[in-house]
Amino acid sequence: MIVCGVEALRPEQGVAALLPDGSQVAVFLTADGSVHALDNIDPFSGAAVLSRGIVGDRGGEPVVVSPVYKQAFSLATGKCLDSPSVSVAVHGVRVRDGVVELT
Amino acid sequence: MTRTLVVIGHGMVGHRLVDLLRDSAWRIVVFGEESRPAYDRVALSSYVDSWSSTGLELPALTGCELRLGEKVVSVDRERRVVVGASGVEVSYDALVLATGSVPFVPPVPGRDLPGCHVYRTIDDLDAIRATVEAASRPGRKSGMVLGGGLLGLEAANALRGMGVSPHVVELAPRLMPIQVDDGGASLLKRLVEKLDLTVHTGTSASSIERDGSRLIAKLASGLELDLDVVVFSAGIRPRTDLDLGLELGPRGGYLVDAACRTADPSVFAIGECAAVEGVTYGLVAPGYSMAEVVADQLSGGARTFPGADVSTKLKLLGVDVASFGDAHAATEGALEVVVNNAVAGTYSKLVVSDDARTLLGGVLVGDASSYLSLRPLVGKEVPAALLQPGGAVDVEMPADAQVCSCLAVTKQTITDAIVSGVACDVAELKACTKAGTGCGSCVPMLKKLLTECGVEQSKALCEHFTHSRAELFEIVRATRISTFSELVARHGTGRGCDICKPAVASILASLGNGHILGASQVSLQDTNDRFLANMQRNGTYSVVPRIPGGEITPEKLIVIGEVARDFGLYTKITGGQRIDLFGATVDQLPLIWRRLVDAGFESGHAYGKSLRTVKSCVGTTWCRYGVQDSVGLAIELELRYRGLRSPHKLKSAVSGCARECAEARSKDFGVIATENGWNLYVGGNGGFTPRHADLLVSDVDTASLIQIIDRFLMFYIRTADRLQRTSVWLEGLDGGLDHLREVVVDDKLGICAELEAAMASHVDDYADEWRGVLEDPEKLARFTSFVNAPGVPDPTISFRAERGQRVPVSLGIPEVVR
Repeated sequence: MIVCGVEALRPEQGVAALLPDGSQVAVFLTADGSVHALDNIDPFSGAAVLSRGIVGDRGGEPVVVSPVYKQAFSLATGKCLDSPSVSVAVHGVRVRDGVVELT
Repeated sequence: MTRTLVVIGHGMVGHRLVDLLRDSAWRIVVFGEESRPAYDRVALSSYVDSWSSTGLELPALTGCELRLGEKVVSVDRERRVVVGASGVEVSYDALVLATGSVPFVPPVPGRDLPGCHVYRTIDDLDAIRATVEAASRPGRKSGMVLGGGLLGLEAANALRGMGVSPHVVELAPRLMPIQVDDGGASLLKRLVEKLDLTVHTGTSASSIERDGSRLIAKLASGLELDLDVVVFSAGIRPRTDLDLGLELGPRGGYLVDAACRTADPSVFAIGECAAVEGVTYGLVAPGYSMAEVVADQLSGGARTFPGADVSTKLKLLGVDVASFGDAHAATEGALEVVVNNAVAGTYSKLVVSDDARTLLGGVLVGDASSYLSLRPLVGKEVPAALLQPGGAVDVEMPADAQVCSCLAVTKQTITDAIVSGVACDVAELKACTKAGTGCGSCVPMLKKLLTECGVEQSKALCEHFTHSRAELFEIVRATRISTFSELVARHGTGRGCDICKPAVASILASLGNGHILGASQVSLQDTNDRFLANMQRNGTYSVVPRIPGGEITPEKLIVIGEVARDFGLYTKITGGQRIDLFGATVDQLPLIWRRLVDAGFESGHAYGKSLRTVKSCVGTTWCRYGVQDSVGLAIELELRYRGLRSPHKLKSAVSGCARECAEARSKDFGVIATENGWNLYVGGNGGFTPRHADLLVSDVDTASLIQIIDRFLMFYIRTADRLQRTSVWLEGLDGGLDHLREVVVDDKLGICAELEAAMASHVDDYADEWRGVLEDPEKLARFTSFVNAPGVPDPTISFRAERGQRVPVSLGIPEVVR
């Protein structure tokens, strides 16, 4: 599914995308040019806000930090680095011909 | 059966005793003659700063029966009954006398004339103030303080604060004869005489007469003084007017043994009214120590009075004075090492044993910074370096040395707490050892012990920077680096995180780098700054327009009401005298702000680590009691500092008189009007750890006030840690309030011009952040719900009604997991 043009993404930031079933995905572009996609709902607050978190790294692992209670989630695995038993779903995502697609 | 303890007297020592016994099985009845609960009499002089007793309050007592305003008229020791002035009789199993002391008033003819006062209670200070205010002399008033000891100088300082030029008259040949020697006292006299004091030593008042509206005092030296007010502070005498038929000590005071027990085993005496094995003490620390002894005895223990350390360190009229151990070299054969630097205005004397091996005591005037290292060494071997001219005082302290003399905590106790891992910082040390919770002068020593014990007080901001926030601030200021990516590449590692990114964004904004949502800064901002609104629990935001000083026209109020109604926003009045509008979605924010900006509103920065509000009372404009225009000043301050990014949020308030309706002393910087101008208080806080703000300057005009606030804020912004409020910053600042005053008032570091220039540039560059967004399509484009469906509302957000307004529907998370 096509989400947006790659120019809509900014390095080290996320955007939210609405899926046809009403669920939401947070899509991130990191500084090295790679794209990542996680469920947008923060499991700790239930709010659909992960796309609005600060992107950075913890010990080299790319993460987004929930803006509500500040837990870090790995952009690669969806695992919460502060509560290893919690994770969010990772979605396949790629950039093709200047377009961001969820796979 | 419950036993009853009666305590006669409700001063600091009596209060301490009751507090120590609060969880015991004793039923406690306290008789207090004053109508107010016990207060911090040691800090009495600070009452003059605000004319409010709030700052002197001691923690409220629970679980005891307080009979305030009730003097005890007699005690029947046979029947074990105390009789109050109201006729009430209370039987006791144990009785503690804590009647304190009375001021000693020398038998000078005329001492009872109106305008003559003693200096002991809050009521005394109110009476002195009334006399001064009623004086008809134009300009500064004239006063005399009889007694040039510690209390006399305190009283003189209080008089200065009331606009009186004081004469200090001391019978001994020098000031502070008990604590200080001739050399130290002559320096002290020279320093205090610069402060509008006139010192007369070696003489006394022989008479006081009234002449019209004035008092004329004749001194034994032949001098005549023309006065408006006279204050006696020539020492205290134990208060024993309640006659129990008990033996008194040689210099007064109820005679007690080392257990603080009188000849009657059920009667104790503590504090200034007690003569422990014949000796009376006029300081609070020995009194506390007696309270602990009696609390222990009453709980079945066998503790005895350990003797008292009568060392003192204080700041009188801005001059450091310290005296410890055998300050007057009374020990046989004692040798003195004196360094008297008249140019620098410092004097130090060390007293050592005849073989120069043991430190016996000392006197420090002008600079008492070595007091903390020296006092614990009394009675111990004296390091040879100390006896060299300019000798280092940074010496190893023995384990049994007392670090905190207020609460008698030894170095060993502190290092044990550190080494065992119980305490890792000053706050934890305070909590578990109580050290530093009295006068606080040993806090720098606590820090030093933490470092000595190898507790690495890491300053690293996070894993990406080894620097502290203050160091990063200096790097950014010096190098003019304007992007996070350059800063982390040159001075850090990795890509940054949710700790360093907002911290650096704040530094960049404090130094003026354009709009905080500019292309290179937007990804650094915490979500609140990123959307210029406050995120709430369901992912929606709240909106707070600025209402400077809390003053608003009906037209603007109507606009806020209409916007809230049209967007269905929940409204609530905030604690900072503004209005919060809740429940806005990301895409609604620009629409809401379009309406608000068009009506003349601007961002209130409720979302930022920046100035929030300057709260005010109505002041002279309306209030019958106001003495200055508090609303006008609050608006001026709020407009000056709006948008100023800082290490943490900044709150402020202006009160139009000492009644303090704006609660300015709970703010980071609070201003209270006086008849002569403004008093500035800094470092206050509400919240988790409430703290009353400290008086930084008093009676300044508006221009000086603003100049000092400019400097204070910029100094804080430069040197504080990330998310460190001014209260915690000030608590941890080496040298504390005095150092702050030296920097921002006296310009000791020579940086005030720089700090002022930085603030001037902030004021010049200020622009409303929301207007900046509305005028820039690039920034506006970020306020969308979904990149692939702009304008479609977030389906997870829904509302229900509560008390007629919309509130979030719970998101199915039973409780907050952290």
